[in-house]
Amino acid sequence: MSSKAAILNKIKQNQPGFASDLPDLGVLGSEQFDVLETYKTVLKNIGGDFVEVSNYDEIITYIKNNYELQKRIITTVPELSEIARLDWKNDDPHSLQDVELTIIKAHFGVAENSGLWVTDDILGQRAAPFIAQYLAIIVQKNNIIRTMHQAYERIGNQEYGFGTFIAGPSKTADIEQSLVLGAHGARGLIVFLLD
Amino acid sequence: MKIGLFIPCYVDQFYPKVAIATYELLQKLGCEVHFPMGQTCCGQPMANSGYAHLTKGCDANFVSNFSGFDYIVCPSGSCVLHVKDHLHDEKQEDKATEIRNKVYELTEFITDILKVDHIDGNFPFRVGIHQSCHGQRGLKLSQMSELNAPFFSKPEQLLHNIKGLDLVSLSRKDECCGFGGTFCVTEEAVSVKMGKDRIKDHENHQVDYITGGDMSCLMHLEGILKRQNSRVKTIHIAEILNSAQN
Amino acid sequence: MSSKKTLDHSQAASVFNKDEARVNWHDETLWFVREKRDRSANQIADWELLRETASKIKNNVLSNIHDYLVQFEEKALENGIVVHWAADGKEHNEIVHSILQKHNVKQMVKSKSMLTEECHLNDYLAEKGIEVIDSDLGEYIVQLRKEPPSHIVLPAIHLKKEDVSETFHEHLGTEKGNFNPQYLTESARHSLRNTFLTRKAALTGVNFAIAETGEFVVCTNEGNADMGAHLADVHIASMGFEKLIPQRKHLGVFLRLLARSATGQPITTFSSHFKKPRDGKEIHIVIVDNGRSTQLGREDFRNSLKCIRCGACMNTCPVYRRSGGHSYHNAVAGPIGSILAPNLDMSKNADLPFASTLCGSCTNVCPVKIDIHDQLYKWRQVLVKEGHTPASKTIAMKTMAAVLANPTVFNIAGKSGRFVMKNIPAMVNNKMNKWYDQREMPEVPEESFREWYKKNSRESKAKDNE
Repeated sequence: MSSKAAILNKIKQNQPGFASDLPDLGVLGSEQFDVLETYKTVLKNIGGDFVEVSNYDEIITYIKNNYELQKRIITTVPELSEIARLDWKNDDPHSLQDVELTIIKAHFGVAENSGLWVTDDILGQRAAPFIAQYLAIIVQKNNIIRTMHQAYERIGNQEYGFGTFIAGPSKTADIEQSLVLGAHGARGLIVFLLD
Repeated sequence: MKIGLFIPCYVDQFYPKVAIATYELLQKLGCEVHFPMGQTCCGQPMANSGYAHLTKGCDANFVSNFSGFDYIVCPSGSCVLHVKDHLHDEKQEDKATEIRNKVYELTEFITDILKVDHIDGNFPFRVGIHQSCHGQRGLKLSQMSELNAPFFSKPEQLLHNIKGLDLVSLSRKDECCGFGGTFCVTEEAVSVKMGKDRIKDHENHQVDYITGGDMSCLMHLEGILKRQNSRVKTIHIAEILNSAQN
Repeated sequence: MSSKKTLDHSQAASVFNKDEARVNWHDETLWFVREKRDRSANQIADWELLRETASKIKNNVLSNIHDYLVQFEEKALENGIVVHWAADGKEHNEIVHSILQKHNVKQMVKSKSMLTEECHLNDYLAEKGIEVIDSDLGEYIVQLRKEPPSHIVLPAIHLKKEDVSETFHEHLGTEKGNFNPQYLTESARHSLRNTFLTRKAALTGVNFAIAETGEFVVCTNEGNADMGAHLADVHIASMGFEKLIPQRKHLGVFLRLLARSATGQPITTFSSHFKKPRDGKEIHIVIVDNGRSTQLGREDFRNSLKCIRCGACMNTCPVYRRSGGHSYHNAVAGPIGSILAPNLDMSKNADLPFASTLCGSCTNVCPVKIDIHDQLYKWRQVLVKEGHTPASKTIAMKTMAAVLANPTVFNIAGKSGRFVMKNIPAMVNNKMNKWYDQREMPEVPEESFREWYKKNSRESKAKDNE
């Protein structure tokens, strides 16, 4: 007998005979709070930062003022072509190792934990948000939702090969519980909250 | 109201004053109190060591001693929890079941059955409460710090009206003291360290007394306090409540 | 695996307690994590309802796990993922090795996976000439020190920054005496970045696997799982079969609970959902049993399989905080480890269920409401029945049982030699008694309560007057 068959047989034999129903999730996630303010506070608390902008020009200005433009900046957002490259999506991901800043869009953000949902169709490359020294994510203010329950309602049956929630910069506290930003991924995360 | 007084074996032998205080307090609160002379022990020392299968005789003896009372009351959350969770008797299971439903720890008996919400008295000292884990997390005598739920405390409620009693708020409200039955000798190093830390929390809050509902925890803490020549003393909550009634 | 004799928990804990200042530090560090967890939990009004819901979902999983596994495999295959099944640790290791061999890989990067610790994968692959580098910072540190992790979420929590500095100085050439965590982390970042860029194979654990879609979720703060997986040609994900959950939407419940319970964060920095491999690349999932199906059949203990490995029970455990993770001599330490380990090897782990005061704090923090302390009590009964306790203890317990069953004998024993005095550990003042090492014994009163009662109670007085 293959291991698969042996494992499945034993599980069938040993799993509880009684069926236990799945609970109703509808009662969860009804907490009421100011969604945008909560989003901002939580993001700050976990080491991220935000800028409120009303158009892409303001994003471009912010990037120009706060990042070194001579270093490699990549994006998936055509409106930012003035400051960032768009022609890297089919490159070997290892070649992204010298990227200073990756700018991408998120489908939506979650107020309770400041997580931003991104999938590979808007990432350009899966490695892009992780390998860069810094990360910037654009999300529309009206796409900030309350909790993870609303997040998965929104995701529904969305098709993707890879998707991730990104909440703040990469971090670790593995040395004596001292928080250090920039473990392996981005050292900093700036979220552009777009009107 | 006819009460069967259940006194833990080690309290009977080493802390008779706690048993006397319990007996007198219940009488003052209007109960008719009887101490069945044939009682020995609830069997917890064996069961917690993994020998629950050896407690049948002990359980049968408990059932024959404590049948027929309106309530069974005991000044130990730990022993009560054990009886509630584990008392069985093949020959008289109905009686065992009745006892499991009628056994109460002293403070919950006073607040929940006698419905006494405060006891007047005088105990002019700074006091810290060390709740036994079995009383607190097992019998739910007070809210547990791990849960997101409203605060309550049956023993604190009773101490509230004692004049002069200054109840401190500990840094770690419900940390275990490390007694743990045979754990106190099989895991001696950790047990003592837990006890020392529990005492330190009380000392940092300048208490005169550590009180609680379980003499086993207090015996362990008292043993360490005495070795350290500390000025802090232990006292069972029944002693405070009873002295207040005098 | 190791030929060294393993100290049992109490012996190892006693060694750990020789340095009291360090015990204080260890205790306070973990208590700090517990407090962060409390603050985070208290911000969620529905916290207790969330725990209850998660528990119910996991109960449903346990009773349907066969069908969910079949469904998961079917969906994963449709998604282009290769699925393997391993009956035990050995088979898991062999499967991983065969995948690496096929791709001619001699070096692999690994993010945190307690399952691979349980299977001792690193040792196995080292014997086959394959180098594995652990990329989680804590795991990287303990790997350099040739130690196992001491905590499932915080692998190097037993170490001080001075220890890490020393280790990094030796292995990475960092400045001697520079203890700054920022500096030390930066050094590891540089070293590991090179590792990520040069490895063709990456192994990750799995936090949740979704039966409905065939995808799996890996949560990290560092981004190390993603750095490994997205840069490698082959991504191997090892999972115990109990990681399954029915549907995507159930992640909403578990991702709200996991990080808050673990570290007090609202969510881990990255919660990555892997559904399909990149074009031309491979994802392999190894589904591992290794005793889990046996545990599933133990009615009293099957709930332990609900565990989502948050580590909250360790942080809150007063014994864990004062004995350290290594004293549990098992890949998973602390309260949850103590109810999982006897299933794997009763004789080797017979000490663990006794390394607890049964205070119950673990059960209260558990996000999936495993009755951990009740299971510790139940394991004690099983271990005694299976003969894993010393004979001397059994004889003593039998004597105690006989005396306590018989009030006449108990009273005689009480009078003549104070039975309780001899049989309760507090009572004997001699060197054989561990009570007395650091504690005084209670003073012996002039009379017992029952003696007093005979003389003074209303009942006795009434009788005297008859």
